Amino acid sequence: MGILEVKNVNKRFGGLQALGDVNLSVAENSVHAIIGPNGAGKSTLLNCLVGKLIPDTGSVMFDGQSVLGRTPYEINQMGISRVFQTPEIFGDLTVMENMMIPCFAKRDGAFKLNVIRSVEGQGDIRDRAEAMLVDMNMADKRHMHAASMSRGDKRRLEIGMCLAQQPRLLLLDEPTAGMARADTNNTIDLLKQIKASRDITIVIIEHDMHVVFSLAQRITVLAQGTPLVEDVPEKIKGHPKVREAYLGESTPA
Amino acid sequence: MLGIKGKDLTLLGVVAVLALCAPFILNPFPQDSAMAQFNAGYPDLMQRFVIFGIFAVGFNILFGLTGYLSFGHAAFLGVGSYSAVWMFKLLSMNVIPAIILSVIVAGLFALLIGFISLRRSGIYFSILTLAFAQMSFNLAYSVLTPITNGETGLQLSLDDPRVLGTSVSDTGGIPVTNLFGLEMRETTTMYFGDWAFQFSNGYYFCAVLLLVSFYISIRIFRSPFGLMLRAVKSNQTRLNYTGLNTRPYTLAAFVISGMYAGLAGGLLASMDPLAGAERMQWTASGEVVLMTILGGAGTLIGPVLGAGFIKYFENIFSKINDNVLHQWFGGLPEGLENGLVWVAEHFVGSGWHLTLGLLFMLVVTFLPGGLVEGGTRIGRLIRGKTRRADEKSAQSKPAE
Amino acid sequence: MEAILLQILNGLDKGSAYALIALGLTLIFGTLGVVNFAHGALFMIGAFCAVTVQKVLTLSKITLDPTKTDFLGNPAQIKTPYVESWFGPDIGAALIDWSVPLAILFAIPIMLLIGVIMERGLIKHFYRRPHADQILVTFGLAIVLQELIKHYFGANQIATPAPDAFRGSFDFGAMLGMDPNVVIYPYWRLVYFAFAAVIIGAVFAFLQFTTFGMVVRAGMADRETVGLLGINIDKRFTIMFGLAAAVAGMAGVMYAPINSPNYHIGMDFLVLSFVVVVVGGMGSLPGAVLAGFLLGILESFASMNEIKSIIPGIDQIIIYLAAIIILLTRPRGLMGRKGVMEE
Repeated sequence: MGILEVKNVNKRFGGLQALGDVNLSVAENSVHAIIGPNGAGKSTLLNCLVGKLIPDTGSVMFDGQSVLGRTPYEINQMGISRVFQTPEIFGDLTVMENMMIPCFAKRDGAFKLNVIRSVEGQGDIRDRAEAMLVDMNMADKRHMHAASMSRGDKRRLEIGMCLAQQPRLLLLDEPTAGMARADTNNTIDLLKQIKASRDITIVIIEHDMHVVFSLAQRITVLAQGTPLVEDVPEKIKGHPKVREAYLGESTPA
Repeated sequence: MLGIKGKDLTLLGVVAVLALCAPFILNPFPQDSAMAQFNAGYPDLMQRFVIFGIFAVGFNILFGLTGYLSFGHAAFLGVGSYSAVWMFKLLSMNVIPAIILSVIVAGLFALLIGFISLRRSGIYFSILTLAFAQMSFNLAYSVLTPITNGETGLQLSLDDPRVLGTSVSDTGGIPVTNLFGLEMRETTTMYFGDWAFQFSNGYYFCAVLLLVSFYISIRIFRSPFGLMLRAVKSNQTRLNYTGLNTRPYTLAAFVISGMYAGLAGGLLASMDPLAGAERMQWTASGEVVLMTILGGAGTLIGPVLGAGFIKYFENIFSKINDNVLHQWFGGLPEGLENGLVWVAEHFVGSGWHLTLGLLFMLVVTFLPGGLVEGGTRIGRLIRGKTRRADEKSAQSKPAE
Repeated sequence: MEAILLQILNGLDKGSAYALIALGLTLIFGTLGVVNFAHGALFMIGAFCAVTVQKVLTLSKITLDPTKTDFLGNPAQIKTPYVESWFGPDIGAALIDWSVPLAILFAIPIMLLIGVIMERGLIKHFYRRPHADQILVTFGLAIVLQELIKHYFGANQIATPAPDAFRGSFDFGAMLGMDPNVVIYPYWRLVYFAFAAVIIGAVFAFLQFTTFGMVVRAGMADRETVGLLGINIDKRFTIMFGLAAAVAGMAGVMYAPINSPNYHIGMDFLVLSFVVVVVGGMGSLPGAVLAGFLLGILESFASMNEIKSIIPGIDQIIIYLAAIIILLTRPRGLMGRKGVMEE
């Protein structure tokens, strides 16, 4: 049994079969990549995992519990964090405040009318946020407006915010989309370092094969809403079915 | 001190000094001088300053922090007033139970309306709150007449029971509102040469409550709860995917701001024990939006400044008439005088709302941060550009 | 049966006004992405165009008739409207009588001009600002326009009668073979409904069949792409704003005989029209029209005595109640598109 078990998931949008009988098993503490051409259903699958979409049929189990029918914040509280394609951060707040919010969510749960002690007075939260900022190499930016940072820094902050919740499963939706090569390499290094320093399962959806083959331990290839192959990276590289699926698409491997 | 420090403490101190010394500050001109019409230091007006200050401070907790623009907050003000007057009719003329009931009833009412309206966001939320407020207003005018006394408004009468007090005062009239015997309308006048300063019990009661309200608002702004509310405004998606449920946060903010409005409504009734449906009309909701924006939404002091500013100029501008204008421009050649008077009379007297509308457009267009931002900009100009770098980092903190 | 017909008819004139204002609001929102709280003020200005035309036409030369005296013993004054002395008494009187329809000719250029000035002078600067800012600045503008009208026309309602030919009522029920004297309907309300139907039809035909309309519809669907095609979308949107203003203005002109205008008639209609737009679905033109008539008729039904006796006060709140129920069950309104106003 993997930590994440997706069984026979189907999802239709009107006449379009976005996902057809998707089965997926992600082993605990592994890095699992989901690749596939545009429109293969990668994002739809991800949205089904975090509660943004509800599959028409099938089941999604996380650590033995079903996530179906739960809202995104409930699923997050179960231990699944998500990094978006375009960084979703609190642009109006400072970097430090951004980092403190997941720390509060971890400590206080989905809602707490916490009005007695000031934010300043929450030593434990400050320490944890500060430690995370140091981890992410962003301590010098703590007073900056999050919206005023570069895209690479926003991405870094978002990943840090997810990690601050100490999730058991981290979902990354094309984390290097739109990044320059240097930033992409930095992100790869960051993810490697994250994986090395803690027990965490990572599911990554990616277009850039360079990123996939640098990180993933297993790869699922999705085409037209159905898993085509699932194997270790070495086998995937030369797989005829994969080449077929990507026909006409450049594969910078 | 008091769990707040630094700039916040200074700010509270400034508001405290302003509120407590208002009878002096607002009466800078001798009472017989030509400028006396610009004095605002009489109890009626000062009470309005602080009561609408409380209203705006509460509205700001919702709008300033979460960005949810309610167009129906006057409903809570009205409900607060009705509750207070009923307390005066049934229980006693003591203001404390009246105000407590106002806050509770307004809070419950806000809980109901907020629970439904907050299922939607953006303009849909604004329209839902507007719809509820207009419904309340229309009902107060028509079917709910047994409770609200319809168009006439709810008033005290000699045959009200007042179980803990007396129905009729010693002099045979309707008893007056009081705080454990301290009459709200009682005013002491102090003479300093040509100056007359008025100190009213009612005003100071309101002022103390403004300070308490303002203090609570500071604590909310600086609390983790306040941080979450600002996060709601900034990015709800991220908040949801960070394991936080936005709805109870926004609902709590809505109820708290509704309670502030109820307190303001209760105070209005405590100073002048009557309540009418027009207090719930959507123009009244619009007014508190104007105050908050004009002062600076999302800042601590902004709503207080906005409320004071609007109420002061409303009072002063509407008192200026043709004669006053002709006096002012009297030294000029006749044609010019008449021309200037013609232009100016659009903006004063009953034209005050025109001035308000224009002012509001100018502020929204050029100074979205309101008076507070204006002050900050002027301050920056004065201090020069050498400290730009410091400003940059200071800016990233929430504005004071 | 008769009662139902009567209530539907009664709902039509208000429904027409809601639909016309909501149509303009939706055009502006759909094309420019701007929430225009000053739209009710445009309706009001239209109504005051009718007032102005009537006042101008009845401007009179005062002559003294020395043969008669009034009760104070002064020579009696005879007021002769200038139009009567210029065009002869018959044509002059007819002009005065038909002042409301004539006011449409006057209102169209005025409203187009006001619309274009508004868009170029103010709204343009708010395209990229949050909706809350747009609401606030147009709210400020609405106050300004309202106060200006109040300054020049006073606070009271000003009676603006319809032409003689359309005054009075007719027995609509009897015409349909029902019992006489049950369904009595004023002529002018029927005129108003027909007028509204023509305007609504014209707006839809314009958007459907002209190149201009096609570009505007494309712009409503995807503004940026249309902009990329090299089409000067801004200029068209300016004209669109002028047209929306003209529609609101004409709705106001024709409404003047039904409800004598005062300076806050616009605000009264605005609040309800916004409810209508939201109920119809932000950005949906058919939705706006449908919701306008639906709510107008619903309001008229709720004011029936039979219904009021069951649920007291329902007539006062029915529109808001309907809006709340529709918004809660259909989050995007009756015909709203996904993704509009949901940031």
